[in-house]
Amino acid sequence: MLQGDYLGMRLTIEDVDKENLAFFQHCAQGDFRLQKGKKSGLFRYPPTTACPWTRDREYEWVSVEGKGTVHSYAEVHHAIQPAFRAHVPYMILLIDLDTQKGQPSEHEALRVVGNLLTAAGDFAPPEMIKTVGIGTRVRMVFKTVSDGFALPHWTIDEAAEQPANPWRYPE
Amino acid sequence: MTQSDMDATSPKYLRNKYAIVGVGETTYRRGSQESTRNLATWAINNALDDAGLEAADIDGMLSYSGNDSTMSPFVAGDLGIRLNFYMDVHGGGSSTEALIGIAMGVIEAGMCKTVAIFRSMNGYTQVRIGGTGARSAAPITGDQVHMRAYGWQSAGQMFAPTFLRHMYDYGTTSEQVAHVKMAHSKHASNNPKAFYKTRYTVEDVLNSRIICKPLHLLDCCVETDNATCIIVTRAERAKDMKQPLVQIRSVVGRCCKPRIDMHYQHGPISTVAGYYAKDILWPNAGVGPEEIDLTGSYDAFTFTTTLQLEDYGFCKKGEGGQYVSSGIIELGGKRPNNTSGGHLCEGYTHGMNMVIENVRQLRGNVDDSCPVGPNGKRQHTYDYREGGCRQVKDAELSANLGWAMPGTGSAMVMQRG
Repeated sequence: MLQGDYLGMRLTIEDVDKENLAFFQHCAQGDFRLQKGKKSGLFRYPPTTACPWTRDREYEWVSVEGKGTVHSYAEVHHAIQPAFRAHVPYMILLIDLDTQKGQPSEHEALRVVGNLLTAAGDFAPPEMIKTVGIGTRVRMVFKTVSDGFALPHWTIDEAAEQPANPWRYPE
Repeated sequence: MTQSDMDATSPKYLRNKYAIVGVGETTYRRGSQESTRNLATWAINNALDDAGLEAADIDGMLSYSGNDSTMSPFVAGDLGIRLNFYMDVHGGGSSTEALIGIAMGVIEAGMCKTVAIFRSMNGYTQVRIGGTGARSAAPITGDQVHMRAYGWQSAGQMFAPTFLRHMYDYGTTSEQVAHVKMAHSKHASNNPKAFYKTRYTVEDVLNSRIICKPLHLLDCCVETDNATCIIVTRAERAKDMKQPLVQIRSVVGRCCKPRIDMHYQHGPISTVAGYYAKDILWPNAGVGPEEIDLTGSYDAFTFTTTLQLEDYGFCKKGEGGQYVSSGIIELGGKRPNNTSGGHLCEGYTHGMNMVIENVRQLRGNVDDSCPVGPNGKRQHTYDYREGGCRQVKDAELSANLGWAMPGTGSAMVMQRG
């Protein structure tokens, strides 16, 4: 079982939940791995018990590069969960991974969720949030929950070429 | 194979064969001071009185909830209803139409004759619909870690990527969708039952504080305590009943986008489940959007109403913002939406009140402030000024568009008998 307190929230992954267990254990090693279906050769996110394209239950965990583009987002100014009150405004990013984008059909992508963090792993300050929108290039960072348990998140990819004006909700 | 077996595979088989014969609700309040069990018996009693039925006439019961209500056996027992069938299902928005379809199916199967569907909730004082309190305190395990650990929990937070992407893809604006709140508040001001009867302007919506971009406070629905009930039976049986006949032409239940475990994997994410549901709804109804007189497009948020009207084909793809800001959806417009004020203003019921309202509209006897004539029916003025009429003139066909989330929807077309 994986368990830990994260921002004051108790997060739990039971032993029988093998797919989620492996996913978050890999994250704790700084290794973003997704299930690759044996038959389809396709990755899927989040962890599932079969391949959504072939219903194949056989898979292997394969490392995937944690780089992508903001597809859309939510920018929360009024927190609902008490754990997030100290962090508003915060962004929930929906990232199109470069890997498998537009596959197996045009509008499909591995759309991976995470908060916008600084490179150091803190919640992004408002001035950083204002620079991020649809089209922003990001890279993955991990945030530890407990021993052997980490969550994938996102930060601005400093090395990447960024769009001149990523699309943001008009102020 | 007999002819009747073949007919059973036809989508037209049940068209107009079932009817909604009774509707009822409690008050819409904050602070009901009642258990969900008590609210449920209150609403069901009102629906029975509306239908002119007694407890002995009901032998089926359906409800839906999310760990926030009382199950059918307690409610039926309280009312002295002996059940031949019941089922309490997990779920929220989009359950209303789905359960109406289930009721039709179990009656058709000969399992029971008349079904009372209820939804009872203290959505403000007990388990808050917005997600604060009990829902936020619930343990975060397994698949939920991919969402709630990121502060991605409430409906507004979960749907925001769809709404923002629609703005990006089609140029939809907050000003356009704010017209939904303006329209529904106008409708609510003519609804004595509505929790919020105040009329709001587009500017009021845009000037209210941001909750979660692109949602302002007034883009979001209200949290209230209430129960609601809808009674379904065969149209044949309904003909002798108290109320004017309201038939069900077509129903769709919890129709989904691909990858419903996390629908964002399969785009375009600015397209919602109505894109799929429309291909069941309209052929089975034998009518199209152009023939519909009024709509009940779920308004958890102003955007929800907009995106569904668009994907069900009431306008071209991408033109939902123009449609809702054109005046069409207002009372007095070509095709009013949520004439009770809906979830934005009347009260939050997970979809029930929008169906109840359209049943009353199709009966031509909506409960506004118009005077009641000697025949017991309201003498509607069709003057939609504040505090006045909210009856749609000559309403014959309605469409309800239920919403659970961008990836799941339900729908129903009803017709005046």
